[in-house]
Amino acid sequence: MDIEEFLNRNQTKELLRLSTAGSVDDGKSTLIGRLLHDSKGIYEDQLDSVKKLSGKINNDVSIDFSLVTDGLKAEREQGITIDVAYRYFSTPKRKFIIADTPGHEQYTRNMATGASTANLAIILIDARNGVITQSRRHSFISSLLRIPHLVIAVNKMDLVDYSKAVFDRIKSEYVEFAAKLQISDLHFIPISALHGDNVVEKSKNMPWHNGVPLLEYLEEVYIASDRNLIDFRFPVQYVIRPHLDFRGFSGQIYSGIIRKGEEVMVLPSNRKTHVKSIVTYEGELDYAFAPQSVTITLEDEVDISRGNMLVHPHNHPNVQRHFEAMVVWMSEAPLDPERQYLVKHATQTVPARVDEIRYKVNVNTLHRESSSSLNINEIGRVVFTSKRPLFFDPYSRNRTTGSFIIIDMISNNTVAAGMILDREPESKLPVNILPLTEKKTSARKETTSLIGEDERARRFRQKPATLWLTGLVSSGKKEISVALEKRLFDMGATCMVLEGSSLRTRLDNELDYSFADCSEHLRRVAEIAYLLNRNGLITICSFVSPYEIIRKQVSEIIGQDRFIEIFADSSLASCRKRDKTGLFEKADRGEIENLAGVSYPYESPKAPQIHLKMDEISIEDAVNSIVGYLADQKTFPLS
Amino acid sequence: MPDKYTISHLRQLEAESIQIIREVAAEFEKPVMLYSIGKDSSVMVRLAQKAFHPGKIPFPLMHIDTGYKFKDMYRFRDEYIKSITANLIIYRNEKAIGEKINPFDYGTQKCCSFLKTQALVDSIREGEYDAAFGGARRDEEKSRAKERIFSFRDKFGQWDPKNQRPELWNIFNCKINKGESIRVFPISNWTELDVWQYIYMENIPIVPLYFAEEREMIVRDKQLIPLDGPVPSGWKDKPQKVMCRFRTLGCYPCTGAVRSAARTVLEIIQEMMIERKSERATRIIDHDAEGSMEDKKREGYF
Repeated sequence: MDIEEFLNRNQTKELLRLSTAGSVDDGKSTLIGRLLHDSKGIYEDQLDSVKKLSGKINNDVSIDFSLVTDGLKAEREQGITIDVAYRYFSTPKRKFIIADTPGHEQYTRNMATGASTANLAIILIDARNGVITQSRRHSFISSLLRIPHLVIAVNKMDLVDYSKAVFDRIKSEYVEFAAKLQISDLHFIPISALHGDNVVEKSKNMPWHNGVPLLEYLEEVYIASDRNLIDFRFPVQYVIRPHLDFRGFSGQIYSGIIRKGEEVMVLPSNRKTHVKSIVTYEGELDYAFAPQSVTITLEDEVDISRGNMLVHPHNHPNVQRHFEAMVVWMSEAPLDPERQYLVKHATQTVPARVDEIRYKVNVNTLHRESSSSLNINEIGRVVFTSKRPLFFDPYSRNRTTGSFIIIDMISNNTVAAGMILDREPESKLPVNILPLTEKKTSARKETTSLIGEDERARRFRQKPATLWLTGLVSSGKKEISVALEKRLFDMGATCMVLEGSSLRTRLDNELDYSFADCSEHLRRVAEIAYLLNRNGLITICSFVSPYEIIRKQVSEIIGQDRFIEIFADSSLASCRKRDKTGLFEKADRGEIENLAGVSYPYESPKAPQIHLKMDEISIEDAVNSIVGYLADQKTFPLS
Repeated sequence: MPDKYTISHLRQLEAESIQIIREVAAEFEKPVMLYSIGKDSSVMVRLAQKAFHPGKIPFPLMHIDTGYKFKDMYRFRDEYIKSITANLIIYRNEKAIGEKINPFDYGTQKCCSFLKTQALVDSIREGEYDAAFGGARRDEEKSRAKERIFSFRDKFGQWDPKNQRPELWNIFNCKINKGESIRVFPISNWTELDVWQYIYMENIPIVPLYFAEEREMIVRDKQLIPLDGPVPSGWKDKPQKVMCRFRTLGCYPCTGAVRSAARTVLEIIQEMMIERKSERATRIIDHDAEGSMEDKKREGYF
C-alpha cells in the first residue's frame, strides 16, 4: 500500500471507544497487551523496558503485558489497576481508544468513568470460574451507562482444554443473568489472551467456534447508529463576537442534525428564529451533525448566552427543574441529602438539592435497598430539584443530554455522576421543600430583638399562629380568608392574609406552576408566615397545597404549635358552581394542566384542626367556627 | 465508505478538542496556552484558531523558555506567532539562567526542574492563570495515560495521581479555589500518528528540524546529540555529518535525533508506519529513573 492510499484510507477511519474492567488475574491487561502488541501498537523500546521490569516483579512470565497498561508506580508495585488508563491502537479500519479500568468493587466509580464514553465494553470471564460477582458488576455498570455493545470474552480457554461445553455453559449462565439488564447488543467470543486464540487470529484450537476473532469483531461492529441523529440538541457553549456584524453561537452538536435555513427554538426563552449560517474555520456548511463542533449564526437578534440550548421547535427536550436520576457516588464524603450541590449538565452549572433517595442498588446482587445516603461507589435512584430548569432527555434516549455530574460546592470535587430517568412525570416525583443550604437540625439564625415573645403577645393580645387554609380551587378559601381577616381585625387582632395570586405577581414571579415551583412557592410562604408569627402576628394563608407531604413540611418550617390546618372541604361540583376563575373550563379544554381535583390529585388532610364542610355551611359559618376555635385555644383573644 | 453523517476519527478528535478549548475559555477567568514550538503545540494552536473562528484566540500563548532551545525553534516561533497575530508571552526563570544552570554540570533532572518545572509553576502563579493548556498526549508516556484531560493542580502546581477528579462523558469540572489551577490537555486522545496526519491534512507549519537533513551531530550512547550550541569541553567525540531528523523538540542538549531520510510530512508518516521506537525515547529526561515522568508531574511538570 502506498502512503497516499494509506492516508486516504486512514482519513476515513472511524473511532471506536471501548472499555474493559478487571484485575490482572482476569487476564484483562494481558488481553489489552495482546491487542496492542499484535496490532503493532507497542513500540519496540517500550517492550524492552517491560522485559527489564518483568524480571524484577513477575519472574514466571516471559512478557508481562499488564506492565504495559498499569502506568502508576503504585499500580506496578502492587500488581493491580487503580485508575482508568487510556490506551490507543489502530488498525487500517479503525482507531481504538481503550479505557482500561480496575474491576474491584472499591473502584466502581472508575469503571463508570471508563464506561461513560464507551461504544463497546469487553466483559472478561475466566473460563475456569464462570460468571462471577465481578462480571455481573461490570455488566450492570455497562448497562447502567448504556454502552451500546457488550462483548463477553470467555478467557483462559486454554486452561479448560478449549472446551465447547464450558463455553456454552458460561454463555447460557450469562444470558440468563443479562435478561435482568438493558443490553441492546450482546456477543460472545471464547479466547485465550495469553496464547492469542481468537484475539487477532482465528483460533485453531477452537474450530467449533464459528464467529470472528475479537479484533475483527471490534473492527466490524456497526457503531454509526450509536449516536442519536434524530433529536437536535445544541447547548450553547461560547458566544463569539469578533465585531459588531458577527454574533455566533459556538458549541458541539450533542445530538441530531441541523441545516442552514432551518427554524430553531431557543431554550429557555422559547424564542424562534432561523439558522443563517453554520460557520467553521474551513468555511460555511450546509448542514452539520453530532458530534461536530460548529458556530451557528441566526437570522434574528435573539438574546442567547452560554447555557441556553438550540433545538428544533417540534422536537424539544424536557425543560424542568425536577428530575430523577441513577447516581453513581464517587466521593469519600457520602451524599448528604440536606446539602446543596452543583449540577453540571450540558453547558449549565446549577445549584440543586436532593428531594429523595428512592433506593440504592446492590451492585453485586442488583437488589434494591432503602437508604438515606449514598457512600462512595454506591449507586442509587435519586430525585433532585435544581434552581434553574435543565434541558434534558432521558439518558436511555440521549447519552449527551441525559448525563450530568455533581460537584461539591465546598471541596469543588466531582462527587457523582448522574443519568436522568424518565419513568414518572415531574408532578409525581417526591419533593423536599425544606431549606437547602442548612441542615434541618441546625438552628435558624434569628434577628436580634430586645422584645420577648410574651411582650409581643401581651401587646397584641394574641398568640401568634398560622391559619393554613387548604382545599380545591374555589372551595371558598379566599372568601373565608378575606372575611376572617376583617372579623379578627374588628375584634382587635393583628393579622395578615397571604395568598397565591398576590405573591406570584412579585415575590415569586419567576416561579411557574410546575410541581417543583409550586413547592418552592409554598416554602417561601411558610418562611414568611414564620417571620410574621415570630413578630407576634396571626397569618391567614390560603393555598390549595394539595399534597400531605408538602403541608407537613410547611408545618415544620412554621412550627407545629403555631400551625393550624383548616380544611375547606368542598365537592368538585360546588367548587365549579362557586368558581369565578374560569380554571375548570380551561382544564376541561386541556388548556391548563395540574389543576388539583381535575387533572391532578388532591390529598385531603387526615386530621385537620378545623374541618369546614363547605357544601353545608356558609362563609360566615366558616368564619365563626374558626374564630370559635381561636377563642377555645386561647390564641385570640388572649385572656 | 462514510455516509453523509459520519466523520472520520481525526475530525471527531478535532471536534472533541475544540469543545475542550471552548469550555476552558467559557469557564475560566484567565486561561493561557502553553506553547512549546513543537508539532503538538502547532496542532493545539490550530485547534484554538478553529475554536474561535472568525474571532481571535481569546487568551495568550506562553512559551516557557529555557534558553537552550534550538536556534531554528526561536526563528520559527517568532515568525509563526507574527503570522497568526497571536499574543505570545515568553517566560524565563532568569534567576536560574543567571546562575548558569545547565544539563552538563547539574544533570538533566536538576536543569529541567529549575528551567522548566519551576519556571512553569512560577509563570502560572505570577500570571495568575487559572487554566493552562498543554499539548501533552496520553500515548506519550505511561503516567500520562492515567492523567485527566482537566488535571487539577494545587497551589504549588502539584499533581496527585491517586486523588484525581473523576472525568465522565464530555462534562468537565472547572471549579477551583483561588491559587489552584487546572492543566488542560485538549489533545490527550491523539496519538503521534494522528498528529502527523492532521499536520498533513491541515498543512500546519512546523519547525524544519522535524525534517531530515545532513546535520553535525555527536554520537554518544547511541543517541545523536545536535551541535546547536556549546557542549561540555570534556566531550572528545568528534562531530559527524549525519542524515537525521528530530521526532520531538526540546532543549538541544537533551533532545536526540533519529537517523532518517524523511524530508516531507508524507515521508515522516511513511517512516512512522514502520517505526518501532516510541517518540520520547529520544528525550533524555523521561527515562532517567523508572517512573521519572510521574515524579516530575507530581512536582508540577506538564
